[in-house]
Amino acid sequence: MHNEQFNNRNVSDNGYYLVDIEDYPTDGWGKFKRVVKRTFRGELFVGLWVVLREMIKFDIHTVSYPQEKMPIGPRYRAVHEMKRLWESGTERCIGCGLCEKICISDCIRIDTKVDENSRKEVTEYSINLGRCIFCGYCAEVCPELAITHGGRYENASEQREHFVMFEDMLTPIDTLKAGKQLEFEGFGAITPHEDERVKKTPLSY
Amino acid sequence: MSEITINIDGKTIQTQEGEYLLNAARANGVFIPAICYLTRCSPTLACRICLVEADGKQVYACNAKAKDGMNITTTTDAIKQERRAIMEVYDVNHPLQCGVCDQSGECELQNYTLEMGVDSQSYSIKDVERKDKDWGHIHYNPGLCIVCERCVTVCKDMIGDNALKTVARGSDALAAEYKESMPKDAYSMWNKLNKSLIGLTSGEEMLDCTSCGECAAVCPVGALTDTHFIYKSNAWELKQIPATCGHCSAGCQISYDVKHESIANPEDKIYRVMNEWNYVSLCGAGRYGFDYQNANVSKDEAAFHKAVEAFKKADTIKFTSTITNEEALILEKLKEKFGYKLVNSEALAFQTFLNNYSEISGTTLYSGNLKEVAQSNFIISVGTAIKSDNPNARYALNNSLTVNKGAALYFHPLSDPIIDGLGKSIVSIKHKPLQEETILYLILDLFADKEKLPSEISEYLKTFHSTKTITVEETIKETIVEVVKSMKLNEETGAEEEVEEEVSKVVPKKISKEVEVDDNKLFELVGAPKNFSDTLEKLLAKKETFSLVVGADLYAHPHAKNLARLVALIEKYSAFQLVMIPSLTNSLGVALINELSSEIGKYTIGYNTKGDFTLSALGDGDLDMPAMNQQEGTLTSINKRVNPTNAALSYGGYELNDIASALGIVAGNTIDYTVELPMSKGFKAEKFDTLPNHYTNSGEELRGYKLENLAVSHAGNENVEKIDTSLSLGESLIYLVNPVRQFSAFTNKATNLDEVSGVYMSEEFLKNSDFNEGESVRIKSDKGEIVAKIVSDNKISGNIICLPTFDSKLNSEALFSGYRFNSASIERV
Repeated sequence: MHNEQFNNRNVSDNGYYLVDIEDYPTDGWGKFKRVVKRTFRGELFVGLWVVLREMIKFDIHTVSYPQEKMPIGPRYRAVHEMKRLWESGTERCIGCGLCEKICISDCIRIDTKVDENSRKEVTEYSINLGRCIFCGYCAEVCPELAITHGGRYENASEQREHFVMFEDMLTPIDTLKAGKQLEFEGFGAITPHEDERVKKTPLSY
Repeated sequence: MSEITINIDGKTIQTQEGEYLLNAARANGVFIPAICYLTRCSPTLACRICLVEADGKQVYACNAKAKDGMNITTTTDAIKQERRAIMEVYDVNHPLQCGVCDQSGECELQNYTLEMGVDSQSYSIKDVERKDKDWGHIHYNPGLCIVCERCVTVCKDMIGDNALKTVARGSDALAAEYKESMPKDAYSMWNKLNKSLIGLTSGEEMLDCTSCGECAAVCPVGALTDTHFIYKSNAWELKQIPATCGHCSAGCQISYDVKHESIANPEDKIYRVMNEWNYVSLCGAGRYGFDYQNANVSKDEAAFHKAVEAFKKADTIKFTSTITNEEALILEKLKEKFGYKLVNSEALAFQTFLNNYSEISGTTLYSGNLKEVAQSNFIISVGTAIKSDNPNARYALNNSLTVNKGAALYFHPLSDPIIDGLGKSIVSIKHKPLQEETILYLILDLFADKEKLPSEISEYLKTFHSTKTITVEETIKETIVEVVKSMKLNEETGAEEEVEEEVSKVVPKKISKEVEVDDNKLFELVGAPKNFSDTLEKLLAKKETFSLVVGADLYAHPHAKNLARLVALIEKYSAFQLVMIPSLTNSLGVALINELSSEIGKYTIGYNTKGDFTLSALGDGDLDMPAMNQQEGTLTSINKRVNPTNAALSYGGYELNDIASALGIVAGNTIDYTVELPMSKGFKAEKFDTLPNHYTNSGEELRGYKLENLAVSHAGNENVEKIDTSLSLGESLIYLVNPVRQFSAFTNKATNLDEVSGVYMSEEFLKNSDFNEGESVRIKSDKGEIVAKIVSDNKISGNIICLPTFDSKLNSEALFSGYRFNSASIERV
């Protein structure tokens, strides 16, 4: 083990640097000037003109969202879902922590402990959607097909961090009972010919 | 041992004659797979994967010794087949899609399975039910166990508790066809594996050992885990901070594994302590006593100003030795500038002892270290409750006994079942307190070169000898010549005739005879058992290297000066290497750096101890200080090494350096003082940032630097006082010693160290007295009295009552005048 990593004692120096930005105005006059400058900037009217022009043409090719919605492919990677086991209804997540490890934007964290049956229990699971880039690695690495991506892409809220509750991601129990839990077919799902590719381990039973 | 040359896979390697091939290969960067072997322990031969070909013959690298000119091939086709089969066997009923396991990838089973390219399984056997077992601080999951027996080996060969053993698995026999179809070694390894699991030697439900946790550390899979760590964190999430354990003077290399506390709290937390278990073994305090940090401290400016004012007012700084060398130097600089008296009674006693020792030895420091103790084969321990005072010294002692065919004498008034349990080759001699002088004279008498020893001393030693005549029965072999008549064929005549022949026969015969033997009165004086001279003779057979370990009982002895001189004489005139156990973490560093005083002035600043103004890393003082796991610096260990330690956790408050800076002794960081440590005492002018803290593959310790053992000018006066026979204590004795795993208020703060503080009485003592566990008793000595609860302790035996120092509320020190024994009266409250 080497100690060089501990030699830099300047705690404020963590690879961050200041971007060259003009100082914000502090006095009233400065602030007023900023408001005027921002409000009457030409770009606003350029944008407004484009919208107005297209509206007058009445030649619309886009979907009229939200009345109309495009169908979502089964491999679409939107907000995560947590699946349940078909047989017992308990959550599939075993708390192995691989999603936490593989996450390249470092947005998954889990807290675990040992439960009364000596099994690993996930006490808290959090995905910071403010950081998530929806790359799908977590779904790919999950050994239990527990975390997958869903089709829910409408995330209107004041803060994206509001969509991180484990309970919200988990398949509702009545959806499961109704047999409506959807398996994700994308990255990380089992391929149709898996059985042929696997060498069987002998068993003495 | 001599230097030889061997050849491994075409690489020429220099090694020692008799070194195991595996160690020679590892030291030279040649990879030989091995699972069950632990460096420093005896080969277990459970895994058989270290198979190599030496001069055309298959041998196990872990127990084959190197011979000059040996030619070794680490892989042949046959060996490859064996290794693959062995790994397949290990994978039987041990799925590798592990899901959850606390080993989390630090798994030797996974590593070697991949290394050997196991991509399919050919073997199978019906599994038996293997239920999880909770053994207290250790959790055993037999479902994951590969029975490599590393836990058993380390407990026996390093720790000496012998708490674990292999037990029957109760499995079906292997299918008969495997005997033919499988590679030979893999089959026999499986045959053994299939019969065993790990269990407790005691047969009880719970582990009752000295709780070091080394078994869980060495486990290559997740079978043995620390109960506190189960499913707390994956290993890959933890950041390792290399450090030095701050609990005792052994200065073990550890790493604090830190991670954010939880999703809600991003502050770092220590999850566990790891060690390089091939080269260093931890005790329970080091392994489990990690969360003693002074948490949630912010810069309290008001308190800081008060502290600076207090320093201006004070004339005395009282402190404990749980500080770094740099802090000790800051205190010394403050003393030089403001004329404070530095008070630390325990370090002062050690310092005085060292100085008195130097007057005869001519060196600043003792000659040995614990590694040499482990490698020697005859060890004497005097004046220390070794298992609590310095667990690593106990490991070294045990290691010598088990691996090095060593023998040992353990002189101590307190009988200790743990020490007695180390084996038959250690003899405990229970002497009376204050008899340490006699013991040292006995060692001089037995081992010193009488020719060279100052004549006064040899004359004095002679006075203890007398000859006495005793009758011994012995069996001698006598040769008797008998005349035997037999019939023989006469070749010339062809007729049979009677011939007389003389035949000599050897017959045993018992005789009693009178012999003159030497009668050594010193044996009787130290309380040695009967026939001790015979026992000693047996113990000393084939012994070449000798070590003497002395401890804190001597430093505070009323005749400490004489004892120090005697110890120096032993070292000088006999083959003994000497190791002194510093009483606390950095007592040696403090003793070398600080000029200490025994008087306390009018206004005292206490650092980690009570004063008129208290600086405390325990969080109970007037100004907070960082605990050892929150600061960087160096610690001086028993092995005369200056070891660096890093801050594992953040600390938001003020430290000693800030106070010193406010008082005009300015430095940016505390570790700026590392380079200024006094070279006149053997320290080196090395910067903290350049100090390494790790071991190499050959087991070389690259940690900090070694203290220079400097020559001291001395008068050449080697006079020592004679034994003072007037010293004695009463019948009812108390002894100041902590239970194993406890050293100070810091270990007491750690949540996983749950030793109950109180008056420790042995089970035997409780049985024979009318006291019961849990009762409050008043203990009264000539120095003071305390009231505390009785705790039954099965790690001691005999009648001596033990009082701990780790609980500052108890204030046991008040009963003692310095020396660790005293007589006292006990009554129920």
